[in-house]
Amino acid sequence: MNERKPRILIAKPGLDGHDRGAKVIARALRDAGMEVIYTGLRQTPEMIVEAALQEDVDAIGLSILSGAHKALIPRITTLMGENELEDVPLFLGGIIPDEDIPVMKEQGVTAVFGPGSSTQDISAFIWNSLREI
Amino acid sequence: MSPKLDLWLTEMLTGSRRALARIITAVENDPAVAEHAIQTLYPRTGQAHILGLTGAPGAGKSSLTTELALELRRRDLTVGIVAVDPSSPFTGGALLGDRVRMGALAGDKGVFIRSMASRGRLGGLSSTTSAVLKVLDAAGFDILIVETVGAGQAEVDIASTAHTTIVIEAPGMGDDVQAIKAGILEIADILVVNKADRAGAHQKVKSLEMMLHLGPQGGTRHHGKIIASPAEIQASSQNAWPIPVIKTEAINGKGLSDLADQILSHRTHLQETGQWLERERERALQEATALIQQRLLAQVQAQIPAGLQHEIYTAVAERKISLYTAVEQILNYGP
Repeated sequence: MNERKPRILIAKPGLDGHDRGAKVIARALRDAGMEVIYTGLRQTPEMIVEAALQEDVDAIGLSILSGAHKALIPRITTLMGENELEDVPLFLGGIIPDEDIPVMKEQGVTAVFGPGSSTQDISAFIWNSLREI
Repeated sequence: MSPKLDLWLTEMLTGSRRALARIITAVENDPAVAEHAIQTLYPRTGQAHILGLTGAPGAGKSSLTTELALELRRRDLTVGIVAVDPSSPFTGGALLGDRVRMGALAGDKGVFIRSMASRGRLGGLSSTTSAVLKVLDAAGFDILIVETVGAGQAEVDIASTAHTTIVIEAPGMGDDVQAIKAGILEIADILVVNKADRAGAHQKVKSLEMMLHLGPQGGTRHHGKIIASPAEIQASSQNAWPIPVIKTEAINGKGLSDLADQILSHRTHLQETGQWLERERERALQEATALIQQRLLAQVQAQIPAGLQHEIYTAVAERKISLYTAVEQILNYGP
């Protein structure tokens, strides 16, 4: 009998203080039957990767509205690689300009969900990306 | 079962935190994995001092867990934390938010924090919490802190899981009569009044102290064990642990040194009086009972012909047979 529940980390890196979006996603994933580890505001890349490692999450979702994604994401994906977490899907929400999306994907982001994304699409993305265990 | 489990077990014992995290997930998800992991690790367990922190939602459990862990780290003790939050009874999902208060512990390799969902179990823990604690124990942490689901009056499972149970209260919730009700206050080895900077803290301490003095032996009762006869009271008073009431202000880092002192004295007390072993024996009994129940149920369900259970329960629903008759019929398929 296997009772696997997807475990998802939802975090806000950097200094912007707007966490409504992150909370909406956390709540939606909870309602989709997932176990959401919510770490809240002002997380450093180190804190996020450490939490992902300890919690053994199936995916990491980050919300960034500050425009600092180009600085934060490479740091996070580098740390993920150093901690053998390179196979964990990383999805991004918030305000990411269209022209930056390909750059984010090159840097290891699996998907970007901007304003207007449906929470069903995000849940479906996570269910489809679950790793074999 | 994951073929990688044995590899992870080896890696965990040489200090891999990644392997530790993956084993915990596997133990949570699959009873067969839990059995194999615990069989392998059991000889290495039994070293950790397990603390249970419980109390109402918002009393300050996560903040106090964080400050307590910092205090224990200052004393060079390594700390594993298991923080339990409730699962939704409808979707099975959960929002595990205890890490929000635990940022101060980030970056310390002497601390490992794991959030767990209760997954339908009532009582403040999940059914795999004790297995996860054994994994962390084998991984070598000196102290394990279990933070329960926000508990009301009767979520007392933690008392049979922890060596030292700490019940956290906050000022402004409940009068003196709440303090003498049965339930959660009875399981405390240490009582904490958190948010002691707020109005009503002194009164809260007084009402808890009154509650302790009204008990047999003026507060020497132990861990939910009711000491019935005067002879037992006499015998137990030798081994009695005077339950302390400690004021803390988690957000200001106050009172944590007192709390840590009491926790460590409680451990010494349990060991010197033989109660440590007694608690371990009690826990073995409870955990084995739960496993026996699970296994017998699985055996019955494996034996019963397909469709028959449905038939039996339909008959009960239509009042053709009683519930007890149904149970008799099902148990005929037992081992």
